[in-house]
Amino acid sequence: MYNDKVLDIFANPKNVGEIKDADGVGTVGNASCGDIMQVYLKIDREKGIITDAKFKTFGCAAAIASSSVATEMVKGKTIEEALKIRNADVVETLEGLPPQKIHCSVLAEEAIAEAIKDYQKKVSGK
Amino acid sequence: MKVYLDNSATTAVDKEVLDAMLPYFCEIYGNPSSLHAFGRNAQKAVDEARAKIASILGAKASEIYFTSGATESNNWALKGAIRASKNAKKHMITSAIEHPAIMDTCHELEKEGVEVTYIKVNHEGIVNPEDIRAAIREDTVLISIMTANNEMGAIQPIAEIGKIARDEGILFHTDAVQAIESQPINVDNMNIDMLSLSAHKFHGPKGIGILYIRSGVRLDKLIHGGHQERRQRAGTTNTPLIVGMAKALEICARDRDRNNRHMSELRDYFIDRVLNEVPYSYLNGGREKRLPNNVNMSFGFIEGESILMTLDLKGIAVSSGSACSSGSLEPSHVILALGVREELAHSSIRFSLGRDTTKEEIDYTIETLKETVDRLRGMSPLFNVEKGTGSYV
Repeated sequence: MYNDKVLDIFANPKNVGEIKDADGVGTVGNASCGDIMQVYLKIDREKGIITDAKFKTFGCAAAIASSSVATEMVKGKTIEEALKIRNADVVETLEGLPPQKIHCSVLAEEAIAEAIKDYQKKVSGK
Repeated sequence: MKVYLDNSATTAVDKEVLDAMLPYFCEIYGNPSSLHAFGRNAQKAVDEARAKIASILGAKASEIYFTSGATESNNWALKGAIRASKNAKKHMITSAIEHPAIMDTCHELEKEGVEVTYIKVNHEGIVNPEDIRAAIREDTVLISIMTANNEMGAIQPIAEIGKIARDEGILFHTDAVQAIESQPINVDNMNIDMLSLSAHKFHGPKGIGILYIRSGVRLDKLIHGGHQERRQRAGTTNTPLIVGMAKALEICARDRDRNNRHMSELRDYFIDRVLNEVPYSYLNGGREKRLPNNVNMSFGFIEGESILMTLDLKGIAVSSGSACSSGSLEPSHVILALGVREELAHSSIRFSLGRDTTKEEIDYTIETLKETVDRLRGMSPLFNVEKGTGSYV
């Protein structure tokens, strides 16, 4: 049911790990539902550009592949651009997901948004 | 290396079975219902197959009905028995760990006003026969309890349940699909009134099964049409698959003891090694009263489908009770019924061994599993790799 692109990204995901001094961290999902996605962002505050992104995910192959794609997409983007990324963009990069797996791409979109929200909260708090 | 550890999903057709079937495709292809010699020759093969299957189960040939498989058999047994009952109110008893072919049929019957009691199991996955006795009511028509569970291999006390049903004058059906390969069954000794089988679980072909119906038991028909199967189940008799199923059952009964010894040895070796060598690994179900080919384990802080897919990348075929692998939102109802927490039910993996599984394959699987678990824990936000510990909060 998975296409070769999804399997390939699942087998060789990019950006796995944590950023110790991350500027924004977003966590979505919960273990009892079978998915948790955690995204770490390093952001250049002067330019408002995402310079690095990493993830840790508890979930299925689609969740891991979506995390890899989404973190890859946000790198080099401004916050405004990153917030425009939709789950459909993740699905497109994956060349499609089975219908019951679309929610994994939604989680990826939400995790990015949460991490940015976390960053904005930190910035405005200072 | 390619390793197939999904024998509870389906098995390879035995070469002897294939050879037995082949003449019935292009040579002896007559319709067994036809009067001419083409038909009679096919009918002879069907009669022999029926007699062989009956004798292995301790039944009469006239009590064996061929179906398209156990899903149809289960549908027929439950709907047929309930609809044939003259009770004003109708109640049936089943377990909380049945296969969807029973569960979904029960839900359908509930829509028709039938009341269904789902008996819980203990943490080893076993139904207590006394719980069944206690659930029996005036209007109980039928008890249906699987002989052994397909996901975690718990073998149920079928003979005791059959005795209770017989004493109370209630029909007793059992779905023996997963059990038949390793468990000898005698329908008389076990007081079984109806029994479902699928050939593809014991190295026979897909698309063929039986429903054993004790003589005297009245069921409404499920499939209407021609007069095949003593007018009880319509549809052109599938000679080659029936011949193949009989051959497969014959081989299964003949080699059962040897295969059981082989598989249970490998199963125990597998479970012991994984529990010892993989931290936060848990066996689902008990060690006693477990099918010789079943290993079902959960692995903390990672999700089952990603374990399955990583093993698949390494050539190893298994199945998972995670919601993600079934396309539903809930993890396996069977693993949850054991009292396993949801997070761990999502991480459950079934390794179902086969009679041809080798120790080399098991060793390769264990080594690959260890790498897989490490890889996924390295990605998991719930696991701290440096400390080697995890937490769900």
